Amino acid sequence: MSTSITELAVQSATTTEHEAPAKRWNGDRVFRYVTTFFALSILAILGLMLVEMTSESLPAIRKFGVKFLTSSDWDAVQEVFGALPYLYGSVVSSVLALLLATPLSIGAAIFITEICPKRVGKLIAPLVELLAAIPSVIYGLWGVLVMAPWLQSTVQPFLIERFGFLPFFQGAPYGVSMLAAVFILMIMVVPIITSITREVLLAVPSSQKEAAIALGATRWETIKIAILPYGKSGILGAAILGLGRAVGETMAVTMVIGNSPQISLSLLSPAYTMPSVIANEFAEATAKLHGAALMEVGLILLVVTLVINALARLLIWSVSRSANGGAA
Amino acid sequence: MNKENTMISSIRKGILALAALAALSTAGIASAETLMNGAGATFPYPLYSKWFAEYAKIDKSVKFNYQSIGSGGGIKQITAQTVDFGASDKFLSDQELAAAPGKLLHLPTVMGAVVVTYNIPGVGKGLKLSAETLAEIYQGKITSWSDPRLVRDNAALKLPNKPIIVVHRSDGSGTTSIFTDYLSAVNPEWAKKVGKGAAVKWPVGLGGKGNEGVAGQIKTTPCTIGYVELAYAFENKLPYAFLKNSAGTFVEPSIASTSAAAAGAAKSMPADYRISLVNQPGKNAYPIVGFTWLLVYQNQKDKVKGKKLVEFLKWELKQGQKMADKLLYAPLPANVAKMVEKTVQGIK
Repeated sequence: MSTSITELAVQSATTTEHEAPAKRWNGDRVFRYVTTFFALSILAILGLMLVEMTSESLPAIRKFGVKFLTSSDWDAVQEVFGALPYLYGSVVSSVLALLLATPLSIGAAIFITEICPKRVGKLIAPLVELLAAIPSVIYGLWGVLVMAPWLQSTVQPFLIERFGFLPFFQGAPYGVSMLAAVFILMIMVVPIITSITREVLLAVPSSQKEAAIALGATRWETIKIAILPYGKSGILGAAILGLGRAVGETMAVTMVIGNSPQISLSLLSPAYTMPSVIANEFAEATAKLHGAALMEVGLILLVVTLVINALARLLIWSVSRSANGGAA
Repeated sequence: MNKENTMISSIRKGILALAALAALSTAGIASAETLMNGAGATFPYPLYSKWFAEYAKIDKSVKFNYQSIGSGGGIKQITAQTVDFGASDKFLSDQELAAAPGKLLHLPTVMGAVVVTYNIPGVGKGLKLSAETLAEIYQGKITSWSDPRLVRDNAALKLPNKPIIVVHRSDGSGTTSIFTDYLSAVNPEWAKKVGKGAAVKWPVGLGGKGNEGVAGQIKTTPCTIGYVELAYAFENKLPYAFLKNSAGTFVEPSIASTSAAAAGAAKSMPADYRISLVNQPGKNAYPIVGFTWLLVYQNQKDKVKGKKLVEFLKWELKQGQKMADKLLYAPLPANVAKMVEKTVQGIK
């Protein structure tokens, strides 16, 4: 093979004098144009999606305006649409799931990297990542056939009995409820946050750990002062990625949330999320306004996802700035 | 260099060969048989599959392809003319008909019923429900299984003193259309406040996705009540309620009582068959019944396909109806089948 490469080199060296225009098509330039095209096309696809969805939802935007975001009345028969319950359901279920999942994930990642023996850690890590590979429909099936009945017979009556005075645990135990959705989303989000946090913690230079230990820090103190602050922005990014997945999760949530568009403080009452209503009603929405309203819900979902990711970027940028400033 | 050259040329030869093969095969298929594409309701899909399979044995020159994407999908596709025929459990509104490029015919094929299923510990099939009671349960006015209105109709059963958990469909569906159509017909307050349609604003209840979602919810949660298609309930051995029909009898849902509902409606059948079959007169008529229709243009653009379609429809009205029973669908009563046959003759 090396002989052929030399032959090629000799050939190109001898032919360039005769073919001056060939220099314009040199590989580097083509490579740059092609990769720029790929990068721009991704942005173009996103732009196209936004444009298409806005144009499809115009009938609903024109008819309802801001009331779409503030009204709770979703009636396909009367053709009145208000998406507040779906917005509430999506935001509350995702944020609560994230709040429950993040400590769990960070704890698991710390255990895998710092505390358990390296060999065991190498075994546990891929198993946690396996959880992320399970299709969401399977989670939904398990949720509706196993977890929801268990919640209804065991956990929810317990919560009503002990914590019923709080507005969060009032109402009849149905099983399928906001609580079930939060649990399912938490289980689905943990593997993502854990695997990214694990990578972040592994990337902490051992000089940091050694310095802390040299100063006499215990294991927990080492983790607290040397490792976690170093990985702060990465962990935050992982959490936001998890939030992004939770907001967009459709099938698993649809099967366990009860699909009832109501806004209630109680975690035991059924709820409805934006991806769920689209998945449920879009196929049969033959009336134009109904289809447009569902498109608008989709547009809101897209915007919410983009805003969450933009906020994440801002947060990471500000945290990493202060971390560098503080560390220096 | 030579190795690269031969590798490139052999790849090129391979690609050429594949392309030639693909071209030949498509040409071959195109000349052998006519392919008819249809899409629509999931409810009659098992029966239509059987019909297409049996018909292929009789007429080998035509092949049917049916995608069960739902009634709404069927309506959208036939209006957009991306399929040769559509199928739907709900008939098009005047608005939707006007949007179709051409006169769209509704041809009833079979009938389906919606049964009320429940999970009451200690109670099997046969809970007696009157129209009023059912409507009030779904409005949230009757909230306990031991309510005197339920006990009055079910003196022989021991109903627990537990709250009723109502389950309905979360996705738009023909089953919901028929069920809400019935509730609107028997309860004026329901007609005013909620109305009928594939997706409505339910006053109370949890939503399950699909017949499976509702049945799954009911099976795993005690003290629930919900509605599913008759075929689904029978196949999965779910307990079902006996409903009080307009003649005052508590009727058990069955193929026979479903057909009885349409026999009574034959007299007032509109020419375009867009009729609701809920709450029909007749002593043995089950009250929650509906047609399922095939949506076909009266003027077929492709005359060859049109002719094949008409032949299939004629076969379906005679031989196909005999296969409906075994698959738990109610065949059309004889007088209605005759009317549909005449309409089919008019397809050009």
